[in-house]
Amino acid sequence: MRWLIRKARLLDPANGIDRKGDLLIEEGKIARVGGEIRIDGEVSEIEAEGMTLTPSFIDIHVHLREPGREYAERIETGVRAAAAGGFGAVVCMPNTEPALDTHASIRFVIEEAERWGPVKVWPAGAITQGRKGEKLAEMGDLVRGGAVAVTDDGDPVADSDLMRRALEYSKSFDIPILTHPEDKTLSRGGVMNEGVVSTRLGLKGIPAAAEEIGIARDLRLAELSGGRLHVQHVSTAYGAELVRRAKERGLPVTGETAPHYVALTDESLAGYDTNRKMNPPLRTSRDRDALREALASGVLEVVATDHAPHGIHEKETEFDRAPFGVLGLETSFAVMLTHLVRPGHLSLPTLIERMTSGPAGVIGKEHLGIVEGRKASLTLFDTERSQVVDPSRFESLSRNTPFAGERLYGAIMGLFIGGDRIEPVQPEESNTRFPLPLTR
Amino acid sequence: MKLSRKHLLGLEGVSRSEIETILNTAESFKEILERKIPKVPTLRGKTAVNLFFEPSTRTRVSFELAEKRLSADSVSISTKMSSSEKGETLVDTVRNLEAMKVDFLIVRHSSAGAAHFLASRIDVAVINAGDGCHEHPTQALLDLFTIRQKFGSFEGLKVVIVGDALHSRVARSNLWGLGAVGADITICSPPTFLAPGMENFGARIESDLDKAIQGADVVMVLRIQMERQGQHFFPSLREYAMQYGISRKRADSLKDSCLIMHPGPMNRGVEIAPDVADGVRSVILDQVTNGVAVRMAVLYLLSGGELDDAMAH
Repeated sequence: MRWLIRKARLLDPANGIDRKGDLLIEEGKIARVGGEIRIDGEVSEIEAEGMTLTPSFIDIHVHLREPGREYAERIETGVRAAAAGGFGAVVCMPNTEPALDTHASIRFVIEEAERWGPVKVWPAGAITQGRKGEKLAEMGDLVRGGAVAVTDDGDPVADSDLMRRALEYSKSFDIPILTHPEDKTLSRGGVMNEGVVSTRLGLKGIPAAAEEIGIARDLRLAELSGGRLHVQHVSTAYGAELVRRAKERGLPVTGETAPHYVALTDESLAGYDTNRKMNPPLRTSRDRDALREALASGVLEVVATDHAPHGIHEKETEFDRAPFGVLGLETSFAVMLTHLVRPGHLSLPTLIERMTSGPAGVIGKEHLGIVEGRKASLTLFDTERSQVVDPSRFESLSRNTPFAGERLYGAIMGLFIGGDRIEPVQPEESNTRFPLPLTR
Repeated sequence: MKLSRKHLLGLEGVSRSEIETILNTAESFKEILERKIPKVPTLRGKTAVNLFFEPSTRTRVSFELAEKRLSADSVSISTKMSSSEKGETLVDTVRNLEAMKVDFLIVRHSSAGAAHFLASRIDVAVINAGDGCHEHPTQALLDLFTIRQKFGSFEGLKVVIVGDALHSRVARSNLWGLGAVGADITICSPPTFLAPGMENFGARIESDLDKAIQGADVVMVLRIQMERQGQHFFPSLREYAMQYGISRKRADSLKDSCLIMHPGPMNRGVEIAPDVADGVRSVILDQVTNGVAVRMAVLYLLSGGELDDAMAH
């Protein structure tokens, strides 16, 4: 199959590409990139005038819930949600039940994902056995199975010595440790950001310091050990500042934040909406603004969603009792475009870097880019097309988005991975918006 | 005057004129309560459910009496068990009640926002009888009623709220209510019991109790919950009583006209000395009496009643 994408804005900032032109995909590879491509023979032409074609997005922080909580998400539905959001690859977290702490469990995820089509699922293994924070999991065997990183995400590794050894040991495999920084003794019982709003709502707060102490400790341990540290879901201004200072000192440190932290603040919890409850929590407008700057300047090089599906019945409850976490995959790009790019907080090329080459670099994957001869892994989107977020149409099994009912710009028009093309269809044509070409 | 709201979830955002409508209506009902037969047919045919997920005697009985005095049918459900222990979610419990065609749901729950949660999901008038550390609006209304009864108005009154402001829904509702009617509010707490940003809620913060109560017209004492011991908020009950308890000596330093209030239940000898609780300045039992009239007013107004009609009863 040959695809000829016509007159798109070709945008691959990491390779210095930003121009209008045609792109030819042949045998799963980018065959030609040019102004106007004329070819003979059979070819599927895609009229993409006014649209943008970029390397496919990568989300290095998602929860696919399988095994263990298949009512909230399965690998299949998570992969569909990823495709719908324009993602060609995701890194799934190991806090499943049981945890992804063995070679076999890593293989299970990879092989299950391969049944559902071309979107790559790269699992992260657990740092400690059962994510209990007591003993190291078999890191070498996890990596041999295909783990691209290790993390106890959802919980910090509370034992500083164990975290130090994990960082040291990880150097043999050249993988990053993804840290969920949190001092649990400070955040205990908290359900939202601690501040004026938590006081008004009478909800127990989680102080910013609970996260910042965790970040500060792990940065010191990274320096002590020489291991590669990636700081997950940075949600506070000072957290980003700590990462900036560590980079200034030359440490091999990277950081991410999520769309909800740069789009929303704790003020939006006034209605006790459990679909806005996550950990770390939505912070103040000061934090949100600082995180926007950190993304713009590259202090944080990654936008990652922390896609965290939960069953409707789990979220349909008292705020205190609802689990932490919100969906992200299907709204990530549109939220970033609508809340950051369109108002001028972030340029579109910078956003694309934060969603492509930035995350690829963290997990040591080659940035495929828009380069002739490379495997095709491309996302086509329309920045002028808007739609109202309707959770009932999500590919994800869950519905817990904070953006329901909001009009967002930035529609994903298609995903090209290798020889496969995944594109949206009208609801009457199919149950799913982004039918995946099965590979089994 | 009518109240143009369906629920009473808190005093945040409730205007001065709405508060005055409620207090004036309560005034009429207070008069009814002093009659030989303290009962009117106003809410005959209406049904109220008192759903208490936290133990309560005073507030529950006060609501029950208010409902009975207005001739509403009422059912009370008190359970220490959380809904999860029964295997049923809060929303399912309440949808079942809604299916039995009730008009009012009076809810107390240990989670902040529980009343909001229910109000957004069922078609029944919800009255918040205390949700976690958030609000307890009818308590603040009866406090306002009691203050107004003694002073006639709120202008220039110096009200000092003493104690655990961090965990107190009574304090939060009073901050909104007292603020709306123009009282001058001071919060006196150990810094560990000050909620973050509380200085932005229109109250002065003073951690020295003896300074705080100088010239006070009302001292509102908050309850210390015993489970706060061992959570590092204060070293011991003994020290708390010394630093923040309303002792006899402190009470004696107050103006003769100063009112001492407490939402109950009291820890005698901790936040308030026993003889102060029973002393001349104490209006703690007046608060309880007024609670019934205030809750009658809230039920009546939420059912669409008008102040003028209440006065005609």
